[in-house]
Amino acid sequence: MSAIGLDDIDRLIGVEQYEEEGEFPVEQGYVWTTCASVENGNPLFWDAKVAEEITGGPIAPPTMVSVWFRPHHWAPGRTSAGLPLQVHFDLKEGLGLPEAVMSDNTIVFHEPVRPGDRLKTRQVLRSVSEEKATKLGTGRFWVIDVEYHNQRGDLVAVESYTGFGYRKGDPS
Amino acid sequence: MTATSAPTRLLLGDVRTGEHLPELAYPVTATTVVLGALASRDWRPMHHDKDFAVNRNGTRDIFLNTPNQAAWFERFVTDWTGPYGRLQRMTFRMLGSIFPGDTMVFRGEVTDTGVDEVGCGWVAIDISVSVDGDPKTTCRARVALQVDADDNPWLRKGDQWRP
Repeated sequence: MSAIGLDDIDRLIGVEQYEEEGEFPVEQGYVWTTCASVENGNPLFWDAKVAEEITGGPIAPPTMVSVWFRPHHWAPGRTSAGLPLQVHFDLKEGLGLPEAVMSDNTIVFHEPVRPGDRLKTRQVLRSVSEEKATKLGTGRFWVIDVEYHNQRGDLVAVESYTGFGYRKGDPS
Repeated sequence: MTATSAPTRLLLGDVRTGEHLPELAYPVTATTVVLGALASRDWRPMHHDKDFAVNRNGTRDIFLNTPNQAAWFERFVTDWTGPYGRLQRMTFRMLGSIFPGDTMVFRGEVTDTGVDEVGCGWVAIDISVSVDGDPKTTCRARVALQVDADDNPWLRKGDQWRP
């Protein structure tokens, strides 16, 4: 984890950072718990025959992709957990922008995620804007992609986050 | 897993631009919020501890977390498409929070339909979840549909899948 200053931006655009593997394999129990939480009766997740016919076996709901990377609340020997979207926090620190909001995020879905998969993630900084004045304050917009791959190297999803880091109270 | 009734099939030709998806209204309780947070492995206290939410976050109660809202949007779309519907992309914009006691209402409208360069049918949908008519989150989604009864978007891989 290291701050990203203005001089580092050109060097880091498009570079894969913070590759990590999920702490556990994708599991059927969480699929059912998630479907139950939103009363999702899609038979792909409940009926083995339908899943076999349509998706070649069970899959996880595509929107669960980030679930497989949230760390356990506690684990033996661990003193602190890494922050998801570490590049966002590196930019805040390196550019001296203490406040930040996420304006929107997009998920693009590729190969289905299946129970038993071991997923990996990595973060890629795509862009950082010039300084802009907004109602919140003065700062910069940035776009960070989080790419997810399975154990076979197939791309399963890309999440793109647009963040705005700023200083409060600057004239706008 | 258990067997259920025959799945719904929505074909691309069944859909028209401007069509509205069936509305979904759901009364949110503290259980909805806590179950959703734990199902998405989100242990942050503002999604299960009212005292923290009120006194540290300044909100009126615990509130629905973003990953679980994504799961609600997915359910709203695939309730309409049936299991052959395969999500291609979703863009979320968070506008406000959803609390226990709220009735959240999902509404969606088809904004475009088409077939891409490799023959995959798709539908674009604008969705919102509102409370008392006030939008809390919007989601622009694109979902692949069968172009005919022999087609299956889930079989598309590599260069044949262009979400």
